Amino acid sequence: MAIEVRIPTILRTYTDGAKAVEGKGGTLDELIGDLDARHPGLRDRLVEGEGLRRFVNVYLNDEDVRFLGGLSTPVADGDTVTVLPAVAGG
Amino acid sequence: MRFDSLLDSVGRTPMVGLPRLSPSADVRIWAKLEDRNPTGSVKDRPALWMVAQAEKDGLLRPGCTILEPTSGNTGISLAMAARLKGYRLICVMPENTSAERAQLLRMWGAEIIFSPAAGGSNEAVRVAKGLAAEHPDWVMLYQYGNEANSRAHYETTGPEILADLPSVTHFVAGLGTTGTLMGVGRYLREHVPGVSVVAAEPRYGELVYGLRNVDEGFVPELYDESVLTTRFSVGSHDALRRTRELLAEEGIFAGISTGASLHAALGMAAKAVKAGERADIVFLVADGGWKYLSTGAYEGELEEAEDRLDGHLWA
Repeated sequence: MAIEVRIPTILRTYTDGAKAVEGKGGTLDELIGDLDARHPGLRDRLVEGEGLRRFVNVYLNDEDVRFLGGLSTPVADGDTVTVLPAVAGG
Repeated sequence: MRFDSLLDSVGRTPMVGLPRLSPSADVRIWAKLEDRNPTGSVKDRPALWMVAQAEKDGLLRPGCTILEPTSGNTGISLAMAARLKGYRLICVMPENTSAERAQLLRMWGAEIIFSPAAGGSNEAVRVAKGLAAEHPDWVMLYQYGNEANSRAHYETTGPEILADLPSVTHFVAGLGTTGTLMGVGRYLREHVPGVSVVAAEPRYGELVYGLRNVDEGFVPELYDESVLTTRFSVGSHDALRRTRELLAEEGIFAGISTGASLHAALGMAAKAVKAGERADIVFLVADGGWKYLSTGAYEGELEEAEDRLDGHLWA
């Protein structure tokens, strides 16, 4: 078992076109670090300084991680992480 | 109820319980029926408040042209108000919205400029901002950053909910401009200690996220993260499934974004049951299902309906 990470179209240049990749880690930060080891540059597109980039949303099992603990949100095998760019509604 | 005109009848919508979908007598779910507004959506509230504020500020004078980026409902509300008040309205709308929306806009006399499907409402905002720069005499109300949008909910929707249900513990609504959640959320937080304010954000097909890079993303100026307790991303599968469940179990014929809100409301209800806590969860029915009939959302297999909806802006 691993953690599935769904990648939006605009970031698939970093994953050789893969829509979803797998990774491991105890926190979101570790998970992103693990992904970056195999997909160099991905971390920089998601993280800026100590937090997520302003126009990047990350969801753990459909819940926005900004309300769960940000980059230190605990993650575990079997979880699904979804990355999406912030878009307008209304 | 008697009103001097249609515009005066906006708001004071009913709140109805969901006896079948509520898990227990201690954990109840309530629907605030915003489809019972003059043009059939919650957007009548912010649209009228934005117009009234612009008139008060002297920005809007008879004969003026209003410009607005909208995926539909706000435009429809503005079109009705503009017709009654004598303004010209130009809406910038993504081309991947339901056919009914364009028909309704034209019916009330609005002109439509379509923006490309890829990029969704982000593109509509970008195109509208460009047009506003080219036509300084046009008045862009700009629902994403207009404080009168959230104030409409702070002054009306929020107080209505608290008056009808003083025991409210949760408020759940769709996240678009964020105006509803910001306005109602702030009002309830000031009056109900410990209240949860929950956002249900639509998750669309990939086309809608077709930006060139992540720095082109968009966060409405009205959005203040601290007003929310949490925020869920709800895909079209769950939104459609819950929209149909609401119809089948409770007889409420709602639009698809309402299904997303119900999905989040049911999630909060399950959490309350598990924790052994009482809950009165209000979710907002943003509009009725009429405008989405052409998408085939209400008939056939769920998976087929989901495929038909792919690439559409359904909220």
